[in-house]
Amino acid sequence: MKTIITSSGKGEDQLFDLRFGRAAWFCLYDDTTDLMDFFENKHIDAPSGAGAKVVEELIEMGVNKVISGDFGPKAKDLLEKFNIQMVILKDDHKSIKEIVENFKS
Amino acid sequence: MAFKLAICSGKGGTGKTSVAVNLFQTIRSKWTPKIQLIDCDVEEPNDLLFFRDAKQQDRSVIHQSVPVIEESKCTFCGKCSEYCEFNAISIMPSVQYAAIDPNMCHSCGACLHACKYNAISEIKHPIGELSSYATNTKTDILEGSLRIGSPMQTRVIKELKRAVASDSEIMISDAPPGTSCPVVETVSDADYVILVTEPTPFGLHDLSITVELMREMNKSFGVVVNKAGLGDREVYKYIKEEKIDLLADIPFDREYACQYAQGRLLTDTPPLIEQAFLKLAIDLKNRIIHD
Repeated sequence: MKTIITSSGKGEDQLFDLRFGRAAWFCLYDDTTDLMDFFENKHIDAPSGAGAKVVEELIEMGVNKVISGDFGPKAKDLLEKFNIQMVILKDDHKSIKEIVENFKS
Repeated sequence: MAFKLAICSGKGGTGKTSVAVNLFQTIRSKWTPKIQLIDCDVEEPNDLLFFRDAKQQDRSVIHQSVPVIEESKCTFCGKCSEYCEFNAISIMPSVQYAAIDPNMCHSCGACLHACKYNAISEIKHPIGELSSYATNTKTDILEGSLRIGSPMQTRVIKELKRAVASDSEIMISDAPPGTSCPVVETVSDADYVILVTEPTPFGLHDLSITVELMREMNKSFGVVVNKAGLGDREVYKYIKEEKIDLLADIPFDREYACQYAQGRLLTDTPPLIEQAFLKLAIDLKNRIIHD
């Protein structure tokens, strides 16, 4: 299963980013291979519709679950439509590594 | 052709509506009945609150043409989405999904141009209403209201201006606050612009941005200082330095502010304020005649 975690930077020691559409980076974690892959959010400066654009990208990647601080209404509608699980986490003091370890156990 | 007067401010709450409504009333009673007041603050129109006896004459829905994608013809190539400046189009080939969000679409038509497969056509999407009111025998107030969620203020403002009666001598447009697209649209065809400010740092800051916009748009304009007596003198210093016409100084009156909050802007107006508006109307009349 592929999970996306919004991240404030590149690397597993980076802190979790509470924003979804305007997150700085994304961590793609695949539990079948136990690998983490980081990529930058190219929609961060979009004047409008950043969230929906990110969802588009995630769906094309075949993501099943997203962990972020919150989701905007347009992003939420699309994620719901394609049955992608949304997990809301309100803790921006956690590192990406900690979050991954948490849901592994 | 009517002489087009626009009332702007930059900062909200400086008194655009007070000036527009009072000026409308003064000109109508002392100068000409052929005047129309256009409430262009389509996200929150409020001029009508001060005309309790106004009767609605007409009401029509304003539409925007919004593109729709016919999925059977769509190849999910994504060209339309690439063309869309507003990120209103979602194309996801892996799940065969193609859709346009009408609440983000600005009707620019780029996607229609982008699509090589004839998969995009346009439908009418309601974005707001245009209403006209009469305060005595003839229609003299027009109001536009934008539906919540729509970004198409400028379209509603354009339709409003189109509805102005052809025999009007003067038209007063009450602009939205700020200096963004809806304000530019309101002012775009104005013959003269009144900038309403207040003598506070915030009032001055936003006035200077609005002045920049007026100069960029090559508009003739002057400033009305509302709530005079409050705050400081910086705004007057700025007006003098920039060689801008100070059209009127409207004194702050707490009692009158309370009346405003009760919707009584045009009754029991304090004499000093009434005089200030009369002077302003005469000044404008001279400007119009001399133009």
